Amino acid sequence: MKTPVSWIREYVDLPDGLSTEDLTHRLTALGLKLEAIQRAGADIRGPLVVGRVLTMDAEPQKNGKTINWCTVDVGAANGSGEPQGIVCGAHNFAPGDLVVVVLPGGVLPGGFEISARKTYGHVSSGMICSARELGLGEDHDGIIVLPADAGTPGDDAFDVLGLREEVIEFEINPDRAYALSLRGVAREAALAYGAPYRDPADRPVPAANADGYPVEIDDPAGCPVFVARKVTGFDPGAPTPDWMARRLTQSGMRPISLAVDVTNYVMLEIGRPIHGYDADKLQGPIRVRRAREGERLTTLDGVDRALSVEDLVVTDDSGIIGLGGVMGGETTEMSGTTTNVLVEAAHWDAVSMFRTGKRHKIASEAGKRNERGVDPVVTEAAADRVVELLTTYGGGTADSGVTVVGTPPEPPSITIAYDLPARVSGMPIDAPTTVANLEAVGCAVQRAEATLTATPPPWRPDLNDPFDLVEEVARIVGYDQVPSVLPREAAGRGLTREQRLRRRVGRTLAGAGCVEVISFPFVGDAAFDALGLAADDPLRHTVRLANPLSSEEPSYTTTLLPGLLRAAARNLGRGASGVSLFETATVAFPVDRGPAPIYGVDWRPTDDELAKLVEALPDQPLHLAVALAGERERAGWWGAGRASGWADAIGIVRRLGTELGVEVEVGAATRMPWHPGRCAVLSVAGEVLGHAGELHPKVCQAFGLPQRSAAVEVDLDALMRHARDVTPGPDFSTYPLAKEDVALVVGEEVTAAEVEAALRAGAGDLLESIRLFDVYTGEQVGAGHKSLAFALRFRAPDRTLTEEETAAARDAAVALAAERTGAVQRS
Amino acid sequence: MSGPNTDYDPVEVTPLKPEEVDAARDAALAAIAAALDLAALKQVRIEHTGDRSPLALANREIGALPPQARKEAGQRIGQARGAVNQALSARQVVLEAEHEERMLAEETVDVTLPTDRVPTGARHPLTTGSELIADIFVAMGWEVAEGPVIEAEWLNFDALNLGPDHPARTMQDTFWTEPADHGIVLRTHTSPVQARTMLSRKPPIYVVCPGRVFRTDEYDATHSPVFHQVEGLAIDEGISLAHLKGTLDHFAAAMFGEGISTRFRPSYFPFTEPSAEVDLVCFVCRGAGELDGAPCRTCRGEGWIEWGGCGVVNPRVLRACGVDAERYTGFAFGMGIDRTLMFRHGIEDLRELFEGDVRFTTAFGTEL
Ligand SMILES: [Zn+2]
Repeated sequence: MKTPVSWIREYVDLPDGLSTEDLTHRLTALGLKLEAIQRAGADIRGPLVVGRVLTMDAEPQKNGKTINWCTVDVGAANGSGEPQGIVCGAHNFAPGDLVVVVLPGGVLPGGFEISARKTYGHVSSGMICSARELGLGEDHDGIIVLPADAGTPGDDAFDVLGLREEVIEFEINPDRAYALSLRGVAREAALAYGAPYRDPADRPVPAANADGYPVEIDDPAGCPVFVARKVTGFDPGAPTPDWMARRLTQSGMRPISLAVDVTNYVMLEIGRPIHGYDADKLQGPIRVRRAREGERLTTLDGVDRALSVEDLVVTDDSGIIGLGGVMGGETTEMSGTTTNVLVEAAHWDAVSMFRTGKRHKIASEAGKRNERGVDPVVTEAAADRVVELLTTYGGGTADSGVTVVGTPPEPPSITIAYDLPARVSGMPIDAPTTVANLEAVGCAVQRAEATLTATPPPWRPDLNDPFDLVEEVARIVGYDQVPSVLPREAAGRGLTREQRLRRRVGRTLAGAGCVEVISFPFVGDAAFDALGLAADDPLRHTVRLANPLSSEEPSYTTTLLPGLLRAAARNLGRGASGVSLFETATVAFPVDRGPAPIYGVDWRPTDDELAKLVEALPDQPLHLAVALAGERERAGWWGAGRASGWADAIGIVRRLGTELGVEVEVGAATRMPWHPGRCAVLSVAGEVLGHAGELHPKVCQAFGLPQRSAAVEVDLDALMRHARDVTPGPDFSTYPLAKEDVALVVGEEVTAAEVEAALRAGAGDLLESIRLFDVYTGEQVGAGHKSLAFALRFRAPDRTLTEEETAAARDAAVALAAERTGAVQRS
Repeated sequence: MSGPNTDYDPVEVTPLKPEEVDAARDAALAAIAAALDLAALKQVRIEHTGDRSPLALANREIGALPPQARKEAGQRIGQARGAVNQALSARQVVLEAEHEERMLAEETVDVTLPTDRVPTGARHPLTTGSELIADIFVAMGWEVAEGPVIEAEWLNFDALNLGPDHPARTMQDTFWTEPADHGIVLRTHTSPVQARTMLSRKPPIYVVCPGRVFRTDEYDATHSPVFHQVEGLAIDEGISLAHLKGTLDHFAAAMFGEGISTRFRPSYFPFTEPSAEVDLVCFVCRGAGELDGAPCRTCRGEGWIEWGGCGVVNPRVLRACGVDAERYTGFAFGMGIDRTLMFRHGIEDLRELFEGDVRFTTAFGTEL
């Protein structure tokens, strides 16, 4: 909402010398938030004067342009009184026109200094200005041609153009629709300073009579009040007065024609949207009703619309002529030849306005006010004001007929305890203050013993609940008066187990050299293709968005890898020699359990009803993904660097398992996007968590990553579920350690984990630890075989082991390994 | 103590003269002093105290002396040997010390060599920032509540007094999941977590809800379709705007330093009534609006930074969520974590948070 300060001052006697900063500061404190103060022309420095074009000679140029060599009377402003010679490229003027001239020495917006300069064979001493050059608008079709009565040559043009005038732009919250008018803004300004206020809607209006245009309302709930007034003999060519056009422009609206401008002006002034009909195009009585199935209307924006049975429509004998309160129809639109105008000022149901505007995607200044709630009582005053302005500036006469159908809805009565504002705001607000402040915003207050009953004024349809009154009282007392008091200490239990575990996971990964990434969870087929996922891969079954930002990524992701791999490639592309990234975020899997119900809000839904809500939501597990690409260890004085590989990926998960006290089982698997021979399936107690290993060469290529890049993706929720809650204190022996190393030859298809498991089982209770320390393949073990060397460490809880005991345990271990895996001990 | 010498050749025995014993002692002492390293000293030890050394040989001859001469000779030779052994020990200590010093000097390395074999990892500032905020509230006895990002429409809107016809509902440009009439959205704020908390717990309730939220905003330097919010909710008997102010002042001071407080401006949120926008004293210029004579860049000369929205929980919300609105009042607040971090750390472009450039994230290191 943009409001010229001078317009505000028209309705409220603000203190002399009051700065606009002070005014906006106080209004912001009351809830009308300052967006910006515009000072058009604030960066223009004179001399900027009115000039009259005396002569203009068109001179075609070699470059195809035609310039005008003009002489302009600028009065005494140039010191000599002689005509000023100026070259002008525009053609929208003629000798005799009044124009705006900036003389040498002036400065235009952007620091553009004007001086006499030679151009097109003349010395051009100044410039004839366009609106855009002065920062007054985007119109650059030509220079500004002033009205004939705008002034005389040599007059200062700042005042003529309304430059230096301050315009305040407010951000108006949805509940303060009354402030979408000068009437409302000025009322708040009066409240801020306790200054006298004149209500522009408070005007004598002619009484309703039976001579007016016939109007019938079929749906009084949708349209409680409909006022119609008629102006006849109006001059469609009459210009909009300069002051009105300027105020409209300052308020952000384009002047169009007098009839349209007047309706807009009154909407800004009083807040009531007005619709004007070409009365000669109306056929028979106006009737307001809901649209019927299958009805259509071409609105004045030229769009043919299928109407809903919920839309409020205005009709005459020809059919539907407008979407009530939202937009008129083409057939009765005012035009350049309209001489008889029917003025409609109607009050519309806000919810219906909102739905119709949303349904038809119509956003207009009128709709914005109607859907937020307009004062239902000012319809007659607004219509009368329109009639006044139309007849004053467009000639014609006001028809004596005055149609008023319906009655404004009654405001609610709200009863509160006197101390409610004090209790809710925490400020020491006494009963007299409460009453005074409610009256100051226009409420009628009835006092009882312990309670008061307030009836809000008609322009405040937002006041319905006791707490609405609290806000009104508190904002006038001032939010800066709210004391700062800590509530009592709460008895929380600290972070939850999951919250603590998540922090630990993040720290573990950072400790492992990985950098955390947060990427967007949107995904599309391109990413799934790049991951090499089969057409029926479950990861392609996604939660789709009805309105994605990009049709390329229409789904909520099922995997964190695309975002992570792209980030890895980005880092390498920016010159990193290696990158280790991780992300923890939720992914989503559709459940297809039907819609989530919408319940009422007057009471709590039952537990069963709430369970239905939750059931309908997609599964949203927390995932962890890691991407390792390029150098994992740097080259340096210590030796060569080392590239990331499958072992780093699996190692990170093992490390995480150790941190969380979870035994992560690793098995071989084949799963895109991983290399089929270098992919591990990770599980805990038989539950699969995810996969880790080297990425498939095609995937590396698709993401622009070096070959052998590695990745992990696991269900972190599942991993954390298995995390140890309470660690039992370990029991360990201090008797001497007995060491036995064994090298076992097995077939190359036998996994180390299988051999280790057999050794562990065979060694029995005396085994303290087992660790694979070497893998050998080559001639000595023969083709198709490998040698695995394990360090076995034995210790008894209660004694020093004898050599015989240790050897027996080792032999038992080797024997079971031989039985299970065909292992042969290497001599 | 050796017994009488019986295996000598009596013919060759010629008892040492006292001056010969002294000479042998002096020769040994001179050799010890001349030994420059441990190896030389070892050689001296063999030559002057070994079995074939003059003093050892002399010692063997004592037994062959007449009894009256034994005592004197024994004393003389014993003293000489004692002096030599003492000198050897002393020299050994000196030479060992010298040796160690030399060895350590030889092992000197350039300790300024790089040691960054494995590059450093880092957690994202949005993560550590959220944790910092959570910790501030946990220290006050609050708990951290969480909920799903894909949320029921009823919880995201209706329960929070954002009915289907509420104008504010269109202000929040919402991502809907398909089919669009199934009442499921990407949550537009973390407020549904507040609703879930009220629906599942009895007051008193003191929770903060940090999390990821979504709006259909175009992606630019200050807008993102994915961003992060933290909201707080307190429901208790006698809760007022003053408690909200106290809590936010405490939060501001903990997050931005002692003396940094907040102010309220009247505003509108369907969820709260009365509602306020909360501004933070600029922690850079400390409210002055200028620094060294130039307008402060952090607050653009305002002295205040817009931080978030807040208010007293609308009793309609309490009713929908099953809280006894006659007995309890509450307050709620919410702010953007991304934005908070942007002005706290002077981050110019929001997109830096989501690009995944390790140079950005590692700059925050292990900041808490
Ligand atoms: Zn500042």
